[in-house]
Amino acid sequence: MSIVDQILSGDTRATARLLRDIDDQAPSAHAILKELYPHTGKAHVVGFTGSPGVGKSTIVDQLTQLYRSDGLSVGILAVDPTSPFTGGAILGDRIRMQRHFLDEGVFIRSLATRGHFGGLTKSTNDMINVLDAMGKDVVLVETVGVGQDEIEIANSAHTTVLVTIPGMGDEIQAIKAGIMEIGNVFVVNKCDREGARKTARELRNLIELGVRRRGDNGWEPVILETEAAKNKGIQELYESIRKHRKYLAANDQGQLDEALQKRARTQLLEALRDEALKTLLARLESRGASLDAMVRQVVSRESDPYSLVQQVLSRELK
Amino acid sequence: MSEEKKVRILIAKPGLDGHDRGARIIARVLRDAGFEVIYTGCHQTPEQIVSAALQEDVDLIGLSILSGAHMYSFPRVMELLKERNAEDIAVIGGGIFPLDDIPKLKEAGIKEIFEPGAKLDDIVQWVSRNVVPREAMAV
Repeated sequence: MSIVDQILSGDTRATARLLRDIDDQAPSAHAILKELYPHTGKAHVVGFTGSPGVGKSTIVDQLTQLYRSDGLSVGILAVDPTSPFTGGAILGDRIRMQRHFLDEGVFIRSLATRGHFGGLTKSTNDMINVLDAMGKDVVLVETVGVGQDEIEIANSAHTTVLVTIPGMGDEIQAIKAGIMEIGNVFVVNKCDREGARKTARELRNLIELGVRRRGDNGWEPVILETEAAKNKGIQELYESIRKHRKYLAANDQGQLDEALQKRARTQLLEALRDEALKTLLARLESRGASLDAMVRQVVSRESDPYSLVQQVLSRELK
Repeated sequence: MSEEKKVRILIAKPGLDGHDRGARIIARVLRDAGFEVIYTGCHQTPEQIVSAALQEDVDLIGLSILSGAHMYSFPRVMELLKERNAEDIAVIGGGIFPLDDIPKLKEAGIKEIFEPGAKLDDIVQWVSRNVVPREAMAV
């Protein structure tokens, strides 16, 4: 069986090896991704974002249990940060999902950001596609939880779940209001803690501001309180996510088309950006032009980034 | 642009041993050496360990055990790796082992055993010298 056929039939090792090649940016991965692409588009992709420690992994673990009880297979991508100093990473999200290790219907992959800023890795979209093609009904993506996560995940997922905990009220206020427009489901986890109601209220206020600004698009953002470690509120969260999926599928206002186009556009631009840069740098190298030399020119003020870029582009993009 | 390969390592504690300080320290030290460490914690069965290792496509499995159950868990992990055609994944162990058992473990396929007193740097050096990231698949 070819690698592609192995993956399409759900083979763990072939899938894991392709994910590795994608992670390592091996050029050979592209050929396989091309063949797999027509087989994608079936999975429901759900993104989970929120600060470190709010309980994303625990929530993903609990939701996975519910998906499995309903006979759905699950792919999980859990992203953790790479140390900018050592290049290494500790990927510990799996600890929260131990009960699923032996379930053939659950595929869990831990990823390090490897220098990519934002909550996902460079190749998260490709990996989502692989798990989709492999036959997983749902792909749950858990981000690092800092910076521009929310935007990144919203462009890659069909449904975005934003998780927070009580006591982050002030932080919520300080957060760019745009975040509130991106989430489809908002969760206040660890709701047994003091301030849970207040946090939920503050979220509701911010969300309502956002809704008024973007106009009614048919989906009313849901705010839920959960205590994931005790499996409280998880059933309601599960139902909200599934409800959002149904809402998208109904497509009565083009919402599914919008979501699909957003994903595709993001993927395309990402791939373009990546390949264009690689190609340009390769061409520079083959001409004997040195990136380091250009860096030195910028530092010494002999030239500036803008002129250098113009020179490179006018030479290479005739 | 060069390919960016990282060694991926799974650190796990098989069996009932809950003393994980050593494993956590090793995980951190390996991260600081530039490796990607998937830490799955305590109370893992050999089946869980191998399943995770395959999904994560690791190059190395590090088993930490202080409870004396190594003569069951370690060979069992090797057996499962063989069953799943994954003998290319190297396995090392750390913890407390009777001297007589160490050659037996190595015969079973464990590449190296680190006992109490092993220098963290020696462990890092061993990994750097003996473990390389897997080659990309040929298409």
